[in-house]
Amino acid sequence: MSASRLILVMLACLLAACEQAPAPSNGFAGLGQDAADFAQVERGRPLVFPLDEGAHDGYRIEWWYVTANLTDAQGREWGVQWTLFRSALRPGPEQVGWQSPNLWMGHAGLTSPFGHQHAERLARGGIGQAGVVAEPFSAWIDDWSLRAESGTQPLLRMQAHGEAFSYDLRLHSEGPRVLHGDQGYSEKSGKGQASYYYSLPFLRVEGQVEVDGQRYPVHGQAWLDREWSSQPLAADQQGWDWFSLHLADGAKLMLFQVRQADGAHYRAGTWISATGQAQALRGEQISLQPLAHTRQAGGQQVPTRWRVQVAEHGVDVEVDAIEPNAWMGTAFPYWEGPVRLHGQPGGRGYLEMTGY
Amino acid sequence: MRLCLLALLSHWRRHPLQGASILTGLWLATALWTGVQALNSQARADYARASAVLATPAQAQVLPRQGQYLAQADYVTLRRAGWAVTPLLEGRLRLPGEAGGTLQVIGIEPLSLPAGSQVAGQPGEGVDLLAFIGKPGQAWIAPDTRQRLGLPLGETMPLSEGLQLPPLVEQAQLAPGVVVVDIAQAQALLQVPEQMSRLLLAGTAEPTLPAELADRLRVQPAEGADDLQRLTDSFHLNLTALGLLAFIVGLFIVHAAIGLALEQRRALLRTLRACGVGLATLLAALTLELGLFAVLSGVLGVASGYLIASLLLADVSASLRGLYGAEVAGQLSLPAIWWLAGVAISLLGALLAGLSSLVRAARLPLLALAQPQAWRQAQSRWLRGQALLALGLLVLAAICWGLGDSLVSAFVLMASLLLAAALLLPALLDGALALLARRCRGPLSEWFIADSRQQLPALSLALMALLLALAASVGVGSMTQGFRLTFSGWLDQRLAADLYVSAPNTTQTQLVMDALAAQPGVEALLPNWTLDTRLQGWPVQLQGIVDDPHYREGWPLLEQQADAWAQLAAGQGVMLSEQLARRLNLRLGERLTLPAPSGEQALPVVALYADYGNPKGQALVAADWLRRAWPEATLGSLAVHLAPSRGEAVQAWLEAAYADAGVRVIDQAGLKAWSNQVFERTFAATAALNSLTLGVAGIALFISLLTLGHSRLGQLAPLWALGLGRRQLAGLSLGQTLLLAGLTVLLAMPLGVLLAYCLVAVVNVQAFGWRLPLYIFPGQLLNLAALGLCSSLLAASGPLWQLARRQPADLLRTFAHER
Repeated sequence: MSASRLILVMLACLLAACEQAPAPSNGFAGLGQDAADFAQVERGRPLVFPLDEGAHDGYRIEWWYVTANLTDAQGREWGVQWTLFRSALRPGPEQVGWQSPNLWMGHAGLTSPFGHQHAERLARGGIGQAGVVAEPFSAWIDDWSLRAESGTQPLLRMQAHGEAFSYDLRLHSEGPRVLHGDQGYSEKSGKGQASYYYSLPFLRVEGQVEVDGQRYPVHGQAWLDREWSSQPLAADQQGWDWFSLHLADGAKLMLFQVRQADGAHYRAGTWISATGQAQALRGEQISLQPLAHTRQAGGQQVPTRWRVQVAEHGVDVEVDAIEPNAWMGTAFPYWEGPVRLHGQPGGRGYLEMTGY
Repeated sequence: MRLCLLALLSHWRRHPLQGASILTGLWLATALWTGVQALNSQARADYARASAVLATPAQAQVLPRQGQYLAQADYVTLRRAGWAVTPLLEGRLRLPGEAGGTLQVIGIEPLSLPAGSQVAGQPGEGVDLLAFIGKPGQAWIAPDTRQRLGLPLGETMPLSEGLQLPPLVEQAQLAPGVVVVDIAQAQALLQVPEQMSRLLLAGTAEPTLPAELADRLRVQPAEGADDLQRLTDSFHLNLTALGLLAFIVGLFIVHAAIGLALEQRRALLRTLRACGVGLATLLAALTLELGLFAVLSGVLGVASGYLIASLLLADVSASLRGLYGAEVAGQLSLPAIWWLAGVAISLLGALLAGLSSLVRAARLPLLALAQPQAWRQAQSRWLRGQALLALGLLVLAAICWGLGDSLVSAFVLMASLLLAAALLLPALLDGALALLARRCRGPLSEWFIADSRQQLPALSLALMALLLALAASVGVGSMTQGFRLTFSGWLDQRLAADLYVSAPNTTQTQLVMDALAAQPGVEALLPNWTLDTRLQGWPVQLQGIVDDPHYREGWPLLEQQADAWAQLAAGQGVMLSEQLARRLNLRLGERLTLPAPSGEQALPVVALYADYGNPKGQALVAADWLRRAWPEATLGSLAVHLAPSRGEAVQAWLEAAYADAGVRVIDQAGLKAWSNQVFERTFAATAALNSLTLGVAGIALFISLLTLGHSRLGQLAPLWALGLGRRQLAGLSLGQTLLLAGLTVLLAMPLGVLLAYCLVAVVNVQAFGWRLPLYIFPGQLLNLAALGLCSSLLAASGPLWQLARRQPADLLRTFAHER
């Protein structure tokens, strides 16, 4: 769910442009050359685990992204987001101390029956305030964390808090890891922009959420996304609409479109069967139609009801935001919230929209 | 009204000098006042800028228990425990080159700044983050500081030892003398890798530190940002008092000139009234006329006050930096409001000075004869009134002396003493002349005295100004000289060690101490443990010292109990700096309660010592006692006593071995030179203002004599007619002036000494907390007396030169136009 992905990618461009005095080896660097000094995303590079669960130094941008659809004891629906972004100011490996090229940004969101709340954390790399370690897995920024806990099955503990909310959830992995695109090589445009992208869509969740001092035990499903890249989007690409859907029949569906100024949006996705078999979807197999817009706190008109069709797999649903005002008013704002599916088959999931 | 005004103004065409003197008086008064105000307000504005370098919602801060720095790892630990802290690293950076100069480096971490923070007056969100923390980064500096140091804009600047300052970026709102950089840059520049000075904690609560950090760190409410303001208050009050004195002296000139102009225009006023001009119209015209003078000289005054301030600013800012570590920009700003304020103060001054003249004009009897004798009779009534007022002022002074306990009351005491003396001056001079008159035999000498008495009323205001200026000069001069004497003697005793070594933290200092102990020629190593705390809201430094004969022999005590040093060493006594004892109102033998973390500790005061120049309080205790009571006390510095001629060798060895570790070594001579320099700078501004005041008094006398010159023809012409030559007449006149001035100078001397006493024993105590012994310097008194006489001579010479060159026809005409 790549909301801030776009924004961060744009941020990365911005960073490159702001590098005022590049080292001589970078030449009189324009953007392209500068980007070339970062590690490049290449088709056919096999992903290796658990190594690729950690940070990919040398790539410009990277994220660990968890979204969870939860239900409380009264059957009310909740949504939780936990995200850690890494953004490199300069190419090159991680360094100890302030010389580190990395900036870290954490976003936490909670959609409750009482509304939507969010929080943000920023930190510099290299000093230990934020970071990711592959084994045993641990990702953190300040006192927010997503880390492996010992148990009989793969288990993650996820914690974060904002001004008037906090959550502490345990994620049990109940299905395989899914590589998107071509064995994890996921194209973002027809012009070669791409990222490495895999997910853990089969996560069972239990834990507690606290809002305004009141605790609620919750349970449900979660989806973890991992993505890293170095390339900025094409200039005419305006934003993303991203869907991660838990279908009622146990299958999972990831869809996205990168909106282009000319209206020829780039679409792609992955169909994941209930047993974890993945099949990449091409643009022409996917139909995404905004049906209704909601005006956000910042004045943006954001489509909060969609018609989503993947005819080949019998999917024809209306995707409806549970909280139409799930606006993340962070430094780089976007919309991210839980959705309910009406139609064939039903289900629920998360929607992320950027660039509005 | 218009005619009336024109008629009044025509007077100035005939007496341009009187007009000039009113203008000059108001101009000088406004200029000196504005100058001092400009200095003060510039300094205050800069304190405000200093406290706004980084404004966060933080109400508390996390500090190291030991030393200057806390570990970066502890900052990370706190962040990962959920504490919303943001780090600061502060230190001084010496710039290369001969001009040198230092900058205060403030390292910030912009990503962790709490929402709503302001950096250099702009919101934290407005920071160009990527340029600031990226490479090569940015160093923010105020435009005035950059210009003062002559630093290039936008270029990386190499410093010594391979360090470099990131490209400078100007921030108009930034405090002077400060450079703000990313904390990574600050750690490199200050050579303290992975160290931080303090952490600002957002929110009002003071949470409890995690157990593993509690022995290294402590949480303290944010320091009062007004500390600097409070510490420097007395300094600014002193400047204000000097400015006020100059203002009053200036007003004397105006008063004299306006009074004279009114006297000379009695006939005109009477004629105007007789022609049917109403009293109200007449008074309005007079007021309007005064207002015109005031506006004109107000504008002039602001311009020259600004000039004076800009000339003095270098000294004032240097002494503020030396005394209080307060940074003041090297450039003045001149906001538009100053012009208005200058005109307003000039108007106020003109009104004050002219009020009595206006009142007299209002009461002017239409038919009274305008004769000198009548004036003199009126004047003697006036003299009695003045004497009564003076007595009242003396009573006020006595009350302030007896009951006053603030700086304001000290200044009221001085002001009432000065004013009383000035008001009494005519009566005293008159009395002295009366005494002389009895001894005079012969017509010429009798005339000489009688005519002097006749001149007295007209000259008295100028003489008062001379008295005030001279007395102030004597007072301030005696105090400055006396302070210099006391200070250098005290410094000699106090700075007895050969080298002073300071290191960034206790461990470092102990390392250096151990290494030094093994060096040949080291006779004594005196560690100095310190702890900063607050007593009754006042910043106080506790110093823990070891028992050593060097202290017993060298540390100057003002008062002490029998075995003070033994009690101190045993941890059973505390020695207080004079200003701390006064502030806490503690006397020898009374107990001082100290808020130690383990509970309150009370120690008897066994001695008091002088601690000149220290704006904070200080108390000496035994090092062992201090470390027991406050485990977080730090070992910041060492005093090293060396065998003769080992100083340079040991200093060179120390610098070679420890300079990289942030260890600083300063030798006794260097420290003394620095202290003396601060001292000289502090009094440079005072001395300059003082001599300006004396100059104003000289001008007052000159103008008074000049205005008098013309009217004196009437008195001198008969003598000329009786056969005295013009030169002889001029000589007699000179003698009269010198007699009056000489008597005034004579009276100014004891008044000046009294003033000096007030300054050292009352004002200093209230302003700084220390009392100085009163020294009288006969040479200085003689110098000033000669200066006073010379300026009177100079003032008298112009009119006399005119007189000596008067055409006999002028003198003859006097008889033709006998009033």
